Amino acid sequence: MSDYVSMDAHALRDATVAKKRSARDNVRDAFRVIDALDAKLHAFLTLDRDGAARRAEELDARLARGEEPGPLFGVPVALKANMCLEGVESNCASRMLEGYKAPYTATFVKRLIEAGAIPVGMTNMDEFAMGSSSENSAFGPTRNPWDTGRTPGGSSSGSAVAVAAGMTPIALGSDTGGSVRQPAALCGIHGFKPTYGRVSRYGLIAFGSSLDQVSPFARSVRDVELVTSVLSGSDREDSTCLDEPPYQSEPGGVRGLRVGVPREYFPDVLHGDVRARTQEALDALRALGCEIVPVSLPHTDHAIPTYYVVATAEASSNLARYDGVRFGLRRERGGLQGMFAATREAGFGAEVKRRILLGTYVLSAGYHDAWYGRALKVRTLLRRDFETAFEQCDVVVGPTSPEAAFRLGAKSDDPVAMYLSDILTVPVSLAGLPAISVPCGFVTVEGRELPVGLQIVGPHRGDARVLRVARAFEDATTHATRRAPVNA
Amino acid sequence: MKTGESKTNATNEPLRMKEIGYVSPRTGVRWIPVIGLEVHCQLKTRTKLFCGCEYHFGASPNSITCPKCTGQPGALPVLNREALALAVRAALALDCRVAEQSKFDRKNYFYCDLPKGYQISQYDRPYCTGGGIQLASGKFVRLTRIHMEEDAGKAIHDRGDMTLVDLNRAGVPLIESVTEADIQTAEEAHDYLTSLKEILQYVGASDCDMEKGSLRCDVNISVHPVGEPWRTKVEIKNLNSFRFVAAAIEYEIARQVEAYESGDPAQHPVQETRLYDPQKGVTRTMRSKESAHDYRYFAEPDLPPVHVDAAWLARERSTIPELPASRRARYVADMGLSVKDAGVLTSERVVADFFEAAARISGKPKECSNWIQNELLRMVGDPEVGATRFEEIALRPHDLASLVELVDKGTLQTNGARTVLREMVKTGKNARTLVTELGLEQVQDTAAIERWCREALVGKEKIVEDVRAGKPNALNALLGPVMKASGGKANAQLVRETFLRILGVS
Amino acid sequence: MTSRTDHASDGDVVRTIAALARLDIDEREAAALGRQFQSILKQFESLSKLDVTGVEPMVSASGAQSVLRDDVPVPSLPVDVVLANAPARVEDFYRVPKTVGGDE
Repeated sequence: MSDYVSMDAHALRDATVAKKRSARDNVRDAFRVIDALDAKLHAFLTLDRDGAARRAEELDARLARGEEPGPLFGVPVALKANMCLEGVESNCASRMLEGYKAPYTATFVKRLIEAGAIPVGMTNMDEFAMGSSSENSAFGPTRNPWDTGRTPGGSSSGSAVAVAAGMTPIALGSDTGGSVRQPAALCGIHGFKPTYGRVSRYGLIAFGSSLDQVSPFARSVRDVELVTSVLSGSDREDSTCLDEPPYQSEPGGVRGLRVGVPREYFPDVLHGDVRARTQEALDALRALGCEIVPVSLPHTDHAIPTYYVVATAEASSNLARYDGVRFGLRRERGGLQGMFAATREAGFGAEVKRRILLGTYVLSAGYHDAWYGRALKVRTLLRRDFETAFEQCDVVVGPTSPEAAFRLGAKSDDPVAMYLSDILTVPVSLAGLPAISVPCGFVTVEGRELPVGLQIVGPHRGDARVLRVARAFEDATTHATRRAPVNA
Repeated sequence: MKTGESKTNATNEPLRMKEIGYVSPRTGVRWIPVIGLEVHCQLKTRTKLFCGCEYHFGASPNSITCPKCTGQPGALPVLNREALALAVRAALALDCRVAEQSKFDRKNYFYCDLPKGYQISQYDRPYCTGGGIQLASGKFVRLTRIHMEEDAGKAIHDRGDMTLVDLNRAGVPLIESVTEADIQTAEEAHDYLTSLKEILQYVGASDCDMEKGSLRCDVNISVHPVGEPWRTKVEIKNLNSFRFVAAAIEYEIARQVEAYESGDPAQHPVQETRLYDPQKGVTRTMRSKESAHDYRYFAEPDLPPVHVDAAWLARERSTIPELPASRRARYVADMGLSVKDAGVLTSERVVADFFEAAARISGKPKECSNWIQNELLRMVGDPEVGATRFEEIALRPHDLASLVELVDKGTLQTNGARTVLREMVKTGKNARTLVTELGLEQVQDTAAIERWCREALVGKEKIVEDVRAGKPNALNALLGPVMKASGGKANAQLVRETFLRILGVS
Repeated sequence: MTSRTDHASDGDVVRTIAALARLDIDEREAAALGRQFQSILKQFESLSKLDVTGVEPMVSASGAQSVLRDDVPVPSLPVDVVLANAPARVEDFYRVPKTVGGDE
């Protein structure tokens, strides 16, 4: 089993293709790690033991027949519970969808399966992807393997932990305002949000339609690139998907590359040691031959309000379908409208309700232009900030999160405090740009060593460039090789 | 007063205004109705607007749905190219301005037949604006705009203590056309709808069949005394036929006028939605909230803007056939048909196209018109023929033309031709073949006819006298015997002429 | 643009919005939410101070143009599959509480 835990997806796939291991071995080991750790960590909501075993058997049989194995052959993968896989429960960590099994499979999940990957189950998250800690899950929080009293971040909490704790070498999350990058940073792994539209959203249960992206977690950049190439490419089921071929890696190093550092990415709320780790990361890049260029993204301060207006507006509409009529929870009370209200009252948690209300408010008559209309224009300004910056640099770099993993319960009473933890990731989402969080060291908080992440942002469609920089950084440092002390 | 000048009344309204409007039977005051129509038409595509479900009317419940049109979590819309093409075609046929860029918006509200909790529609940038329809009376009814949107499913309320939902229809493509408030009478509304239906059928954009739900109409109506400002608008829904639209309008005009004239402000019409009850012939308040809906429209983030470039427009324009009004004018002016005939022949595009082809080939429009009206159109629905629609009748224009020609040449007389026509449709054989097979060829043998005529004249001195005295119709009594002698195949015209020749009458 | 945030703290506004969103909110919740709204919107007030004259709204990061699908049928879901998740089913219909008719 230690074999399994130490291998990244590439290595595991190659070993399986070489028949040093079987797909069934991989699945068995995945569930062994899960069974040993998940009672404590609560990364998973649903486990599909039968489905995974069946797929593994099928894969082994095909290999034995001499069929060509796919690029993710035999690799177990964890899916966030807002992803549709036919016949498996995807409840978005909400009572509203408890028991809901999708009647279809998401395009990106199909592509994983066609590549030979084996979904083992659905992971915990903040309810309907709204949150940064998993504390908004209706089924209890997920715990950070580096310190189980702390959050792993969110909303793709369980997927981050599945990878950080060695349960699966890769996992999928969704990133709307930082929901993959921030947990990646807090869990010491890689989390990559592609350019908006790079990966089809068909089968991703929507939160913020113009922001959501399916995003992989992995322990190496190589794995991130592998998964991205499998997931990406045009899809006729999604009109917002870019009409481009699948992702391809860009060879080469980073000598001469201009690394932009926005002064706005070092706000006062930035934890002192996080600032230090970020500075060290910049030094490492400099040592690789990069030119560090100060840049400015002047509208950064407006990113949080803009994001919360746009995302909640879209969410208030996307979540209107949860009405008790065709699927999910139903509570009847009087007539039809009574059923709607009772169902949504019982089905949604407090944060989801808060955001639906906020979103409804900013779209409502009398407030629409001042809030939603205006936010869309500020969004343009935020995008232009990046476009201007990218005239002077090739990538933009900064800390992913202002702080390391915080204690569970520390921010529960103050939603705005929670929102502010997105301050460094949200502008990127609004602009639709590609960005990765890479492990860049540790800080000590209350005697525990906690991981810190560096965010590397590229221009629109600059995914390959972002990952090239990430690769160079990974090769030059050792942060990503440290594993969480999961038995602690 | 010279022609073309218009007198004015005391309030300086042109005289013609005195000829329209509704005169209150109680007070004699003239009220002007102000009417606008909102018409939803289903576009004639195979599949729905945003998914590949193949819709047809009358399918068993919930058998034509998918993750997209049932609003399953994670499903996304993709626009149907053909729906856009038909919508554009409809716009061009109605003389609208098609926007090069338009967008879809979400219209948010909650109802059991609305799977996503929002309808994808078009709000502030519809795909076309302007245009209109000229009614037969000469009145032009302007269109404000037309937009595309998806239909909702069906909620069924008459199955006991529950409501049942069928989502087959959810996602079907619609165009919603909104007229300016140019309509002033129930008759104009009826004419407008008839013309709209005709035009949309002609370009193949929609079947506009109210019975099958592919056309729905809401009416907005207010009344005001001549010369006064417009008053409160009332909406009327649930109108299931053009007849009901007209009836509802007539009822509502009278109701509103009576309400205003009641003298009690509490009775005055309020801004509301009313339903038409066809059984009782009245409109009734719908039991719903007074407050206006806040649909919180915003641009649909799952769909990019819609782009219709000049090349596409040109392509669609080239598919538009000559429209019915233009054809009717031509039939009357160039072919000498009556207005009524022209109307019947242009009621459906397939009929008009068939007629024109047959007329062109045979050179005999009047005859073709008669055959189509008297025979072919009656075959629709005839179980022996088995055609439920005109285009299902197994006959080509040149087949009709050859039949017309045979009758014209005298080879076939009318009765026989009728038989031949039916046989042509049923068997697919051509006219010539059938005439021979059925032995219907008219006898034109002048010698034989002469012989039969002379035989018939024997002992009929009285008739001969009458004819010579200037009553040629006296010959009618002799036609029978000649027909009998010829086995019914004598050419009647020739028989008559022969009689007259024998008797020395011109 | 006066006191836009104050409006939101008004329990009535919260209740109106909640009704629009079909969310049951009782007195206590309305008051608590009102306070939270006020706090959130106050923080967001900076948005109102920006000059956005002449700036185009950005609805999507996609930049995709007209994306169109051919009018070719795709098999629909079998009725038993699509109704499998239905909370209440009668024959081949979704059943909901009796309603009067008309939207909303």
